[in-house]
Amino acid sequence: MATGHPDDAITHSEEEYVETEDGTRHRRAFVDRYPDAARIVRICLGISFVAFAGGALFGLIQALHRTNVLRIIPSSDYYTLLTGHGVLMALVFTTFGIAGLFQWANTRSLGISPPSSTLTAAWLGTMTLGTLLAAGTIVAGLFDSIPASADVLFTFYAPLKAHPLFYVGAALLIVGSWLAGASYFLQFREWRSEHPDARIPLQSFMVLTTMLMWYISTLGVAVEVVVFLIPWSLGLIQQVDPLLTRTLFWYFGHPVVYFWLLPAYVIWYTVLPKLSGGRLFSDPLARVVFVLFLILSTPVGFHHQYTDPGIASGYKFVAMTNTFFLLLPSLLTLFTVVASMEHGARQRGGTGYLGWLKALPWEKPAFAGIALSGIMFAAGGFSGMINAGMNINYLIHNTLWVPGHFHLTVGTAFALTLMAVSYWLVPQVTGKRLQLYGVASLQPYVWFVGMVLMSNAMHRAGLAGIPRRTAEPQYDQFSFQAVVGSVAEMRVQIAIGGTLLFIGAAMFLAVMLATWTLGRPNSQLRVNGFLPEPMSGAEDSPQVLDNLKLWAAVAIVLVALAYGLPLFDMVADGLFTPGSLPVPV
Amino acid sequence: MHVHRFEKLWFGASLVLIVAFMGTIVYGAIGPGVAMVGDDGGTIDSTVVANGNFERADNFRAPGVYASSDGEGVEVYVVARQYLFNPGTAQPIEVPVGEEVTFHVTSADVTHGFYLAGTNVNTMVIPGQIARFDVTFEETGEYGIVCHEYCGSGHHTMAGQLHVVPQSQFNATAGGEN
Ligand code: HEM
Ligand SMILES: [Cu+2]
Ligand SMILES: [Cu+2]
Repeated sequence: MATGHPDDAITHSEEEYVETEDGTRHRRAFVDRYPDAARIVRICLGISFVAFAGGALFGLIQALHRTNVLRIIPSSDYYTLLTGHGVLMALVFTTFGIAGLFQWANTRSLGISPPSSTLTAAWLGTMTLGTLLAAGTIVAGLFDSIPASADVLFTFYAPLKAHPLFYVGAALLIVGSWLAGASYFLQFREWRSEHPDARIPLQSFMVLTTMLMWYISTLGVAVEVVVFLIPWSLGLIQQVDPLLTRTLFWYFGHPVVYFWLLPAYVIWYTVLPKLSGGRLFSDPLARVVFVLFLILSTPVGFHHQYTDPGIASGYKFVAMTNTFFLLLPSLLTLFTVVASMEHGARQRGGTGYLGWLKALPWEKPAFAGIALSGIMFAAGGFSGMINAGMNINYLIHNTLWVPGHFHLTVGTAFALTLMAVSYWLVPQVTGKRLQLYGVASLQPYVWFVGMVLMSNAMHRAGLAGIPRRTAEPQYDQFSFQAVVGSVAEMRVQIAIGGTLLFIGAAMFLAVMLATWTLGRPNSQLRVNGFLPEPMSGAEDSPQVLDNLKLWAAVAIVLVALAYGLPLFDMVADGLFTPGSLPVPV
Repeated sequence: MHVHRFEKLWFGASLVLIVAFMGTIVYGAIGPGVAMVGDDGGTIDSTVVANGNFERADNFRAPGVYASSDGEGVEVYVVARQYLFNPGTAQPIEVPVGEEVTFHVTSADVTHGFYLAGTNVNTMVIPGQIARFDVTFEETGEYGIVCHEYCGSGHHTMAGQLHVVPQSQFNATAGGEN
């Protein structure tokens, strides 16, 4: 493994420390330059990691329960925990983590502090209140003495009904994220007034395009919850149409995976090249990729409904075609990320066709975690292409294959990237040097091995027909036939993998806790926040790429084309018919 | 804007890959023929299903296996409810080998799934909608039916069986148990 840095000028900029007139050096880390923004990032990451801790514990209990290795809850409570796991991981850990990352990225790249502390307090407060309401109603389901529950899983399909406060909580979490987006846009506008002709800095460009996509896509779930589910759960309207509400959910349900993924891409494009010892290959290509995601992410949601009755096959084919085009920006990302890493490795003295891989800093936790998450994502992308094909989807829809797939994408590409970048970022937003460095260096590998075990076995269990979302995947009437391996061996791998993942999560949380509580404030950091300029910069790219209004308009037109007719078909017989009365769980 | 030669190559290769994928899918849909679910099953009032008033529905019959009115193949009407399939759970669904079987599946309460484990016979069962699809079983045998969508605290008990029997043994048993 390489030692020393041949390209010190790139990785060790003067920017973190400045000489003052009397000759002393002052640290200029993110927390020193933007104390307000650093505080917001700390709060967001803190809440995100608490949610992650809860989610990881529930995940472990599920993995051991459904493989029959260890059972500490009755099977009927399994779904309460599963709801908790899905909501805490997929909605809270992600949304708060992303809000923190984006606050950092937008502030760093624009070089100005967040505009209004009232707006900041409003979005943080709204998101936190929403989280507390949703999490509270879920946990209440474990106690018979509390007359509230929300055992509806994180997809909350009607007519299963949760306590109204669960839906209110979900709505507040989303409204809070809208306000956070408004804050990023205001920050950008302030920057723009001082730089009328400059290109949008790359990280800010990525943040803004992602948030535009988020506004367009959350509209579906917001209408579902506010117009239908809240009034229905309160008894203000009698019935809702299960297919319509479900369709509104999946209108949001696919782009949300890009809302998770794009922040990881922000890190892969802008931070990973630096951590590899080099610089990003191409700024314009990165912009093209984000624009493609903005316009293509939403008109694909029907690929989650291939097996739904009541939706014409033609609409499903259109969604499938769009989905395959959505592969393009991810394939382009693969190219750029690998090329940038190779460039970094060669800067560090790496040679050979694949020999350069050895020159990368695999012993550094931030680099190792991000690079491993990229490798897992390549595998997840492959299994995703299979999900997206309509005929194979019929084989694996709602089987364990599906959680096998998304634990590679959101569960690793996003989650491990966030953990790994925290090893680099948390020191910069706290001013404290990373503690338990050895534990941190090992942690990405523990997660990686755990995920290889759990995910491969879940994929194969899905091929054998074992369903997801069930406490007892064995039935009196028949038994499952494994296609590859044996069902008993898959169970063992899921149980061991889940345990390793839990250990990996605990290691990460221990490092964060130690850094936050034991790290000395104002210590000399081992990292710095300088990000080198890309090899080909934005100035060579067409100005139109930065026209956010244009791309938002294109995205809206495509959404209208993909969803206009199908939604019209569904509501033609009445907004609430065929309707269902609530079924409390 | 300068685009590197490798970038162009990669871009082209990606497009080829995407088009190839779509080709295999279209081939898969037209060639081997997958039991796809569309909107041709129609809709139904789920309280009609819950109360068993099937005479009030023109596109759904009392649960059971029927000979098709045109004499070709069979029609299977299944109602899913917390936590059983009717028919399927109390007694297996019996269908003949080598004949076209048309399934009509709907729900009396919440959203369920209807999945022949390990096969591509797989549909969501959504209240108010009738999932309609055709399957021809080429061999005799027994399949497990799994509800693969969470439908309440007893979800993990919801399963059934489907038996594919030789044509000589097959009797259409109209009207399952109600
Ligand atoms: C400690 C690590 C983890 C373990 C042991 C774990 C385990 C599991 C298991 C066994 C299931 C399947 C349950 C079932 O279908 O019956 C599951 C579902 C799920 N997991 Fe994880 N997981 C972990 C981390 C994550 C992370 C980091 C995320 C996302 C950021 C995540 C998101 C989800 C989601 C969205 C579901 C589906 C919930 C549903 O079906 O409603 N998990 N997890
Ligand atoms: Cu999707
Ligand atoms: Cu079920």
